[in-house]
Amino acid sequence: MSVRRLADEQPANFEFTPENLVWVEAQIAKYPEGRQASAVIPLLWQAQKQHNYWLPKPAIEKVAEMLDMPFIRVLEVATFYTMFNLEPVGRFFIQMCGTTPCMLRGSDDIKAVLQRRVGEQRKVSADGNFCWLEVECLGACCNAPMVQINDDYYEDLSAQNFETLLDDLAAGRPVHIGSQTGRSTSEPAGGLTSLTSFYGADGHSGPASATSKS
Amino acid sequence: MTKIVVDGVEVDVPGEYTLLQACEEAGAEIPRFCFHERLSIAGNCRMCLVELKGAPKPIASCAWSVKDCRPGPNGELPTVVTKSPTVKKARNGVMEFLLINHPLDCPICDQGGECDLQDQAMAFGVDTSRYEENKRAVEDKYIGPLVRTSMNRCIHCTRCVRFTAEVAGTGDMGAIGRGEDMEITTYLETAMGSELQGNVADLCPVGALLPKPYAFKARPWELGKTESIDVMDGLGSAIRVDVRGREVMRILPRVNEAVNEEWISDKTRQVVDGLKSQRLDRPYIRRDGRLVAASWGEAFAAIAARVSATTPARIGALAGDLASVEDMFALKSLMQGLGVTNIDCRQDGTKLHPAMGRASYIFNPTVAGIEQADAILIIGSNPRKESPVLNARILKRWRMGNLPVGLIGERVELTYDYQYLGAGAETLAELASGRGFAEVLAKAQRPIVIVGQGALMRTDGLAVLAAAAKLAHPSPEWNGLAILHTAAARVGGLDLGFVPGAGGLDAWAMTRPGALDVLFNLGADEIDVAPGAFVVYQGTHGDRGAHRADVILPSAAYTEKSGTYVNMEGRVQFADRANFAPGDAREDWAILRALSDVLGATLGFDSLPALRKALYAAHPHFARLDAIEAGGLTFATQTFELQPGAFTSAVQDFYLTNPIARASAVMAECSALAKGRLQQAAE
Amino acid sequence: MLDDKDRIFTNLYGFGDWRLRGAQSRGAWDNTKGLIEKGKDWIIEEMKASGLRGRGGAGFPTGLKWSFMPKPDPARPSYLVVNADESEPGTCKDREIMRNDPHLLIEGCMIASFAMGAHACYIYLRGEYILERERLQAAVEECYAANLVGKNNANGWPFDIYVHHGAGAYICGEETALLESLEGKKGMPRLKPPFPANMGLYGCPTTVNNVESIAVAPTILRRGASWFAGFGAKNNTGTKLFCISGHVNTPCNVEEAMSITFRELIDRHCGGIRGGWDNLLAVIPGGSSVPCVPAHEIADAAMDFDTLRGLKSGLGTAAVIVLDKSTDIVRAITRISYFYKHESCGQCTPCREGTGWMWRVLTRMCEGRAQKREIDMLLEVSMQIEGHTICALGDAAAWPVQGLIRHFRHEIEKRIDDYAANPHSDPVLPFGVAAE
Repeated sequence: MSVRRLADEQPANFEFTPENLVWVEAQIAKYPEGRQASAVIPLLWQAQKQHNYWLPKPAIEKVAEMLDMPFIRVLEVATFYTMFNLEPVGRFFIQMCGTTPCMLRGSDDIKAVLQRRVGEQRKVSADGNFCWLEVECLGACCNAPMVQINDDYYEDLSAQNFETLLDDLAAGRPVHIGSQTGRSTSEPAGGLTSLTSFYGADGHSGPASATSKS
Repeated sequence: MTKIVVDGVEVDVPGEYTLLQACEEAGAEIPRFCFHERLSIAGNCRMCLVELKGAPKPIASCAWSVKDCRPGPNGELPTVVTKSPTVKKARNGVMEFLLINHPLDCPICDQGGECDLQDQAMAFGVDTSRYEENKRAVEDKYIGPLVRTSMNRCIHCTRCVRFTAEVAGTGDMGAIGRGEDMEITTYLETAMGSELQGNVADLCPVGALLPKPYAFKARPWELGKTESIDVMDGLGSAIRVDVRGREVMRILPRVNEAVNEEWISDKTRQVVDGLKSQRLDRPYIRRDGRLVAASWGEAFAAIAARVSATTPARIGALAGDLASVEDMFALKSLMQGLGVTNIDCRQDGTKLHPAMGRASYIFNPTVAGIEQADAILIIGSNPRKESPVLNARILKRWRMGNLPVGLIGERVELTYDYQYLGAGAETLAELASGRGFAEVLAKAQRPIVIVGQGALMRTDGLAVLAAAAKLAHPSPEWNGLAILHTAAARVGGLDLGFVPGAGGLDAWAMTRPGALDVLFNLGADEIDVAPGAFVVYQGTHGDRGAHRADVILPSAAYTEKSGTYVNMEGRVQFADRANFAPGDAREDWAILRALSDVLGATLGFDSLPALRKALYAAHPHFARLDAIEAGGLTFATQTFELQPGAFTSAVQDFYLTNPIARASAVMAECSALAKGRLQQAAE
Repeated sequence: MLDDKDRIFTNLYGFGDWRLRGAQSRGAWDNTKGLIEKGKDWIIEEMKASGLRGRGGAGFPTGLKWSFMPKPDPARPSYLVVNADESEPGTCKDREIMRNDPHLLIEGCMIASFAMGAHACYIYLRGEYILERERLQAAVEECYAANLVGKNNANGWPFDIYVHHGAGAYICGEETALLESLEGKKGMPRLKPPFPANMGLYGCPTTVNNVESIAVAPTILRRGASWFAGFGAKNNTGTKLFCISGHVNTPCNVEEAMSITFRELIDRHCGGIRGGWDNLLAVIPGGSSVPCVPAHEIADAAMDFDTLRGLKSGLGTAAVIVLDKSTDIVRAITRISYFYKHESCGQCTPCREGTGWMWRVLTRMCEGRAQKREIDMLLEVSMQIEGHTICALGDAAAWPVQGLIRHFRHEIEKRIDDYAANPHSDPVLPFGVAAE
């Protein structure tokens, strides 16, 4: 964690879209009366999503007003939680896990790819496509190394398949979310060692296997 | 009460005491940074770790209450150890952590000499550092004109954050970021909005937050310290005036649980520079329309000439908001000697009058009593601006929960939620008939009805007062009628009977055109005197009163004289002299004593003790310091009629309410900032 | 080895249908009403008898925790809060529950809430689990639609369940920090006492449980405490999800019996150690917080709370991080140290200042750019943090460093010697993390 500041250039104002306003109301309703501050993280997150994945100052103030909180309390939250991007990010915001489990499985290689292709951390690439950041454990350690790009996890990476992934993203080609080596989730590669009586060794041939995966 | 053993000493303390308090009770000193008696417990500095027998690891004594301690396996009393090797090691460790990123800049730090970190490092630290890495650098923040930051020094105790949230109620400060990069700041480095913000510098246990106007001016060991009483508002906060040579360097709060706890307002604290500028340091006489310097003798002669040329009925005297009881007693005595009945200490025109009994003009429930209130109605007042420290007490009570607060008057921004009832007399009349919020008050056991001078200085002031008294429904146990005064001199003046005698004119009447030939003005700067009368202005600053004066008699400001003040509760308090008045300025009573000779009405005392002897003989309660004289509440039988109209607060610009504050550049800056903020909010 | 019939998480890998219908076909929501009708005392006694210890890391008996909740008071409603802020490095088990078997969790929430008299439950997911959040939310909506939960649900216990999320802060996995975060503040742990059972969410009685602890409850109650207690060693009973990452041939999540030996766990499910068992250097057996254990000590050790504690480590979340001999162990621990520095909330002094200090010293040690006496100093610094902080993050930051020094002091010393012998060699691989 390093010092976090709001971006120098800020939009003049921020308003939730009508759809998001409806969503916001539903969030606030989850919490007991007078406890609307509980919704601060979901609201900031929605504001960030609406605003190209970064959180501008007017959005912080807007959320504070909506939840009847002092601005400083919302700023505290926005700077404490690292998923709030306080500066513009690229179209694809890549969070690369660099914590030990990923490091052991080769996140250095992934980092090298990012450094070469995208450049410095937190700097948006010239084409506006990418921006990357080394983050702490994203909780997909059995599929290390991995990155999160915008909302989605991409797992079981190697320098090679990661390059392909970036190429595909940049070119607007469809990509496969999740494992890049064909695993379903976190089962052992090369065949199940448990639950075979339900799903067979390959996961798809047992009595309980879903016919079509969602 | 619960028994507990601390370092072998058995003490019996209330169960809700923290271990830290219990340890102190037992005589064991516990170092601490984040803990503060008047703030919520943070437990974050970890300096107060002690060993509790049976606990697996050292515990933070500030955060552990005595009742949470379990007895030993054989029913032994809970046992705390504060001097074991474990505790020593824990303290050493925490101290080392606090120091690794703390700059070694004590020689250039204003906190030096009165720094908790410095003191505790001496007592509980080690003498060398093992930290070889680079120290953390933190950007300094702008947080307002009163507090200077040096954020490298911050140890993240969050006292300032808790203060602004819990006492000031503005939530100005916060800690952004996290981990070792956590930074204390205001929202995007805007100025704090509280009238109590200066207190954060007192609270800061290190040199991270320091009073900006005092920066690099003095060292604590050079200062003479005098206990005094603040006169910036009607609360009478306990202060300490720190002086170097003749110069007041700073003003700090003293603890007075009954009044200001340990807070003072920014005006109280930072009016210091106002004591040094625009001062009247020699007598002046107006000649050909211009004020020219004169000797005391010339000034007195000019006054005597005017007084002897007129009759007592054409002479009057006004006492201002900062006058001490002694000053007013001397002036009143002089006027009595001259046969003058036109005297008044109510320059704002408030309708309060001693004839209605002392309970009709004091803050009966007392300031500390606010904590017992179960409903509060505010009439025509903005407590936040009129008495910020008192307002903090309301907030303190409000934070305990279940306190309905209603307000009639301007829709102002207070630091707690309130129910806005209406703008003025119409609403009050409705309440007086028992409707609306009156029901809340009627049900309350200990209601408080706070009445501001804004509502009392209207022509129907007495009607407002009567309605408020009715709503407060005083009982023998509880009188909730609470008059909020803005002038430090006011209650003392009313106690003295510094109001028009039989057939005498009041302040308003005295200042009308042609009302008087000679007006003695003892520091009344908030009133315009119509042309015509010969005005003898006795005061400290070249302010409104001096500009209108025909003779100026320079006098001592509140830090420069020994005097008695009675606060809005009716509490008699004594302020010592901290320094000397500049130039030829003299203490007011001495000026009046000298003048009385010249006017042929010699006062019967020629020393302050003699004056006080006479004062106490006439008004015995002034001798009972820190006590509140009980008083009755008697209204005349006639009914009062409320006139329609909105109430306004008596204080519109908190920072500029008196001549000393108006002479202060710091207060001017604060005022401009507050105006800007107001404007911004309006846009 | 655990039989498939004894596995609770029968859709762990998502090969089956995660939706309500699929979950029901695997046994979820089967006669939940019947379980509730047996009463809260029965549920709590069964949970106690099952020996289930909290699956979030600390291993506190779950049934006992539930029994701490005070009697219901209308003025202070009780809450169940589920800790789905899975952030301990190495741990990725709750994620599979939430995306592949969310109904196990929701049913568990219902039953646990009933047992502790709570009518509302919040599930706090880490912010990064976006897909998991959407999936869980969809499952919750299915349950509302099927009237399994809600004010007047078919199971007879009025109950609302809400999905909440964080936004990137490991510390929110600490239960009181999680509550602070859920209240809309920074995730800074609270002082204890008071404990959440007395003063939790919104000042009301609250129990915070890990996802796995809650999700196993319905199956335990259906199949009986003795069935669950039949697995594992005494005091370490039941089945457990293990997350095996690092240098094994096939890293995976798997549900196994507690107290399975490390060797069996790895050989059976992970295709063995990369490069064979002789290539094993050390194992971090319970998530990054616990000290590493060298190969010879761990190889045949039982994977449970008590055995690993005996090895001066811990089962933690059962996130098994395997390190083979190619690992730069100093750097591996340094990276963990960076993690704790990054995730320290900054509230209390030892952790705020100490985590950064340890990381900086370790960073130099990675290169050998240090003095040997600093190893002992580092150890002392770690001891100065341990046990002196508000929450357990201080301990968690200290333990990996202590483990490193305990078992691999020689490695650090060698690094220092090499650097001293050749001070002008090319620097060790630049080790910059994030924007420091």
